[in-house]
Amino acid sequence: MTAPSPHSPPPGRTLTVRREAGDTVNRRRLSDLPGWLLSSTTVLILLTIWEVSVRTFDVSVILFPAPTRIVEALVEGFTQGPFLRHTWVTLQEIIYGFGIAVVAGLLVAVWVSSSRLAEKIVLPIVVVLQTVPKVALAPLFLVWFGFGIESKILTTALIAFFPILVNATLGFNSTSGDQVNMMRSFGATRLQILTRLRLPTAVPSIIAGLDVAVVLSVIGAIVAEFVGSQAGLGYLIIASNTSLDVATMFAALVVLSVIGLVLHYAVVLGGRRLAFWSEENRARSVAN
Amino acid sequence: MHEPVMSFDHVSKHYRGGTVAVEDFHLDIADGEFVSIVGPSGCGKSTLLKLIMGLEPLTGGRIEYRAQARKESAMTGMVFQQPLLLPWNTVLDNVLVPSTLQGRAQRRRDEGRARELLDMLGLTDFAGSHPYELSGGMQQRVGIARALLHDPRILLMDEPFGALDAMTRDQLTLDLLEIWERDRKTVVFITHSISEAVLLSDRVVVMTPRPGRVGDVVDITLPRPRTLDVVSTAAFGEYTRRIRSVLDNAEVVTAP
Ligand SMILES: Nc1ncnc2c1ncn2[C@@H]1O[C@H](COP(=O)(O)OP(=O)(O)OP(=O)(O)O)[C@@H](O)[C@H]1O
Ligand SMILES: [Mg+2]
Repeated sequence: MTAPSPHSPPPGRTLTVRREAGDTVNRRRLSDLPGWLLSSTTVLILLTIWEVSVRTFDVSVILFPAPTRIVEALVEGFTQGPFLRHTWVTLQEIIYGFGIAVVAGLLVAVWVSSSRLAEKIVLPIVVVLQTVPKVALAPLFLVWFGFGIESKILTTALIAFFPILVNATLGFNSTSGDQVNMMRSFGATRLQILTRLRLPTAVPSIIAGLDVAVVLSVIGAIVAEFVGSQAGLGYLIIASNTSLDVATMFAALVVLSVIGLVLHYAVVLGGRRLAFWSEENRARSVAN
Repeated sequence: MHEPVMSFDHVSKHYRGGTVAVEDFHLDIADGEFVSIVGPSGCGKSTLLKLIMGLEPLTGGRIEYRAQARKESAMTGMVFQQPLLLPWNTVLDNVLVPSTLQGRAQRRRDEGRARELLDMLGLTDFAGSHPYELSGGMQQRVGIARALLHDPRILLMDEPFGALDAMTRDQLTLDLLEIWERDRKTVVFITHSISEAVLLSDRVVVMTPRPGRVGDVVDITLPRPRTLDVVSTAAFGEYTRRIRSVLDNAEVVTAP
């Protein structure tokens, strides 16, 4: 067999490609529509299917209430029922718990990342503690701090603390040595390097930690209420479960989801404003 | 030579871990002198600047420099290989970083000067922009403006144009020449580019491979003010040849 000479033309006919303006018709695709429109339409369709099936198959309200029943329970709960009171209790637990976690997480992160000794002592402990399922401590906190709001706040704070600490520490340590040298060459003190370089550098990382923590806060508050409480949306879920009032249960779930969503977006949007300069955020604004 | 404003007296720097970065480095620099330091990668050029700035402790010898200034950090201005701007600050705020570190009042006093520097470096329209909106060359200009803010008598530059393309590099080199002609600061300029060193300097210090010592000191007596035309003269070629041969020989000698 002889190898083909590199100069011999490849087999086949001569092909020509010509492109001109207006060649392809710009077909409108469904995926060209904005994301929020597509997903909310989908949700509406699913809710309609849910509603229709529950009605046609006459499913028991106890098993699966129709969306309209849930909305009814929601409206009723807020106008005549105890929803407002319970929502307020849970919201307080989330906000105080999250707040404590933010302050404690950031302080410990600053401490750990500014002292090598603290880092060597604290970080291994944190790594071990992180693997402990913190919700398992909720019953213990109940014993220590009682049935009131305090035990819920502490459970929430404990759960939200770790992602904030870990992400903030990561952020503080992501400052480059060259940047530190730059600041020092212009006479910056250690404190100035912390506040004017390390802290801003850490902001994108801290925001990422806050986002995880805020979602965990909602979970923490509810689980703590499940364990033992006299008020709150978690209490409401347990109570309506016992009385087989499934519509109220779903309604409480809706309120919880709204709280989680609002907090999540508050963190994300606030974060984008604060860290407008980070590569990640700029990539996002280009994509939008 | 007049009384030197900066002197290196048998300076050595051994990093922890055993790297001998600089050994027995000896050099005097006169006021208003433009000195370039060239040498193979890793010979301790950046280390030398860190020693001057006190960012690393010396392990031997002595460095001394004097300059008129309000405070120590205003004696020197440093330009780095990377722009090292703060991405969350505007261009103006980046130039004002050295003032901001001394409080709001100082910042207010220096804002006018910062704007003048931006004008001088052709960045007037970008005072309110953020670093990510600037090209690499423009970012490096901001770094230069920042170093000039306190009008330091001594300017330290660590391969300031190393990360730029050839055209931008030429432009910034010319800008630097012009800035230097104005008030003749004492400049310690580190570079990999022999022609850049010859074009800019009064003296070129050629360092040996690690451990870095002074291999040779070449006086550049080309007339000033200089322009890019000087590059094509015979004298210029002679200087670059001489420096290159010192670099090449040094490498042969120390090769195992
Ligand atoms: N912080 C440090 N710790 C240990 N060794 C270091 C440190 N900084 C630099 N070195 C070593 O010291 C030597 C000189 O480094 P330096 O950065 O001064 O070289 P340089 O001449 O600036 O090189 P280049 O031209 O590539 O920038 C190198 O071998 C480097 O590995
Ligand atoms: Mg270097």
